[in-house]
Amino acid sequence: MIFLRRQLPLLITMATGLVFAAQYYVPHPVSEQLLTSVTKWLQIIGGFALILGITSLFQLHAAKIRRKEPGWGYSLVLYAGIVVTVLVGLWNGGKETIDGAMTAFGWIYSYTLVPLQGTMFAILAFFIASAAYRSFRARSREAAVLLAAAVIVMMGRVPLGEYILPISGDLSGWILNILNAAVRRAILIGVSLGAIALSFKIIFGVERSYLGGGRE
Amino acid sequence: MWFIGLCPQGLSAQTTLSPPASVLVFDTPSDGGESLTVVWSSAASDGPAVKYQVLLGEGPVAFDLGAFKTVAEFPSNSHYVRDAKLAWWIRPGSKDDHLFVIKNGKGIGLKNGHSYVVLVAAVSGTDRVMSATAQASPTPNWLNLNQLNNLILALLFGAVVFYAINQAKRKDLFLRRIPGLDAVDEAIGRATELGKPVLYMTGAHDMSDPSTIAAAVILGRVAKRAAAYETELVVPHREPITMAVCQEITKQAYLEAGKPDLFKEDANFFITSDQFSYTAAVDGIMLRRKPAANFFMGSYFAESLLLTETGASTGAIQIAGTDSDHQLPFFVTTCDYTLIGEELYAASAYLSREPIQIGTLRGQDLGKAFILVVIGLGTVLATIGVVTGVEWPHLMLDLFKDFK
Repeated sequence: MIFLRRQLPLLITMATGLVFAAQYYVPHPVSEQLLTSVTKWLQIIGGFALILGITSLFQLHAAKIRRKEPGWGYSLVLYAGIVVTVLVGLWNGGKETIDGAMTAFGWIYSYTLVPLQGTMFAILAFFIASAAYRSFRARSREAAVLLAAAVIVMMGRVPLGEYILPISGDLSGWILNILNAAVRRAILIGVSLGAIALSFKIIFGVERSYLGGGRE
Repeated sequence: MWFIGLCPQGLSAQTTLSPPASVLVFDTPSDGGESLTVVWSSAASDGPAVKYQVLLGEGPVAFDLGAFKTVAEFPSNSHYVRDAKLAWWIRPGSKDDHLFVIKNGKGIGLKNGHSYVVLVAAVSGTDRVMSATAQASPTPNWLNLNQLNNLILALLFGAVVFYAINQAKRKDLFLRRIPGLDAVDEAIGRATELGKPVLYMTGAHDMSDPSTIAAAVILGRVAKRAAAYETELVVPHREPITMAVCQEITKQAYLEAGKPDLFKEDANFFITSDQFSYTAAVDGIMLRRKPAANFFMGSYFAESLLLTETGASTGAIQIAGTDSDHQLPFFVTTCDYTLIGEELYAASAYLSREPIQIGTLRGQDLGKAFILVVIGLGTVLATIGVVTGVEWPHLMLDLFKDFK
């Protein structure tokens, strides 16, 4: 059992990790075919895993309705939403339009899901304003630097700002292209090295807690 | 494999134009096949008024000009080897030679293993002179020599990481403090005192992404502490496979903490893969259940601020860790602690304090030191190359370029 639960997954991880690390350097069509096949496998596994996810979702909300937990009405709405969308989707063959005419499924997508997504995204503008207000209060030296940089960049990015303070255009460009880009690159170098080191650890079984549990 | 000079004389004689000389045709190296590369010397007559034509015929030997098809025509002062941006270790000729790559597709039929004959013609007005023919067959290659430097550097870095791990087993290595990770205990302790849950998110990507793996590893440590403190853990997911993996990790953490009875199968649950639907659901959880500690680990996009600002409004301690550099400003602004970039990958080592894990961090540091030296040295060499116009600094710089 311990072999199936521990050694076998580690062996599979090592073999596939090494093969696909090597695949990057092999331009032969066999290598490309291998990558394409495995990508398809992943899509198929992902499709089946979705069943797992939806089951988890149904179970969670069924328990909420059964126990009449606070807000259980929302769980009913969720059930109704999923059932109606799936039924209408099957009825329309998963098509949003047929012969140029919008189907019921398309209507649900265009007039329910898209506006809801848009609403969530629109909230971002207000959240940016509130987060900026909190951060830009010059309570410390760092916050003051942040405030000054933000003001210059904002002035440089809007036409009126550059009209009021002509140097702000060049200055904001310098802040973004020199200071900001340098720091971003430094972070990306660290991230890349961290990701490579983690990959090495996983391929060679040094890091195995993702299998569930510590070292055995 | 390549052949030269099957037909020694030009098919049309002209006095003002000289036939393209030293024509080489060979299988394009480091590719997946169905491609041939043609290289020939530049001529004194090269200029905008003179054009080169590349003609292709099916082999083995084609002397009939009618059997050739013109696959390219361009001014003779273009298509140089230097324009191809090839690494010096696979450059097929001198920088001033002409180079053209014939690829399968767009009316050109090149099949692997078949033999083809190529010739180059120089054209000026109505005058046309031909080179000798050359023959080659395309074949797929097993190694991309362009990326040889990349492969060597990756292997070198791997060796350094394992050397550092070996060293760490023998002696203690210093690990600088990471306040965000020191605060993990504090955040879970606060949730315990308030009797509220801990909310943990693993980011937007799936398990094939290193940041999600790092987030899942940290979840194991957080779950262990939460189990020890008997605090509820809530882990909403965007990806079912990540959910299944995290369920196993959480279960094992509760076992290791000696509290298997406290483990709940539905602590990890799937919401949706849709970005804003997931965000709305998690925001709802934050507002209804008011978790005392929120963890945002992994990769995030536009949802980062929507999540963290809502979390901040509930008064929760918020700890973020991400490799998404574009979202870092939002996390830094709205969270109490932020693990920046590589700190996300260092978290596992920091929390476990295992010598093997800490050794990996030393390996990363050595890698960074190496890159720092290369950047400094590269700047000096590039400057020397530009100022003096000599070639040798570029030979060094090519070693660190990303060739495709």
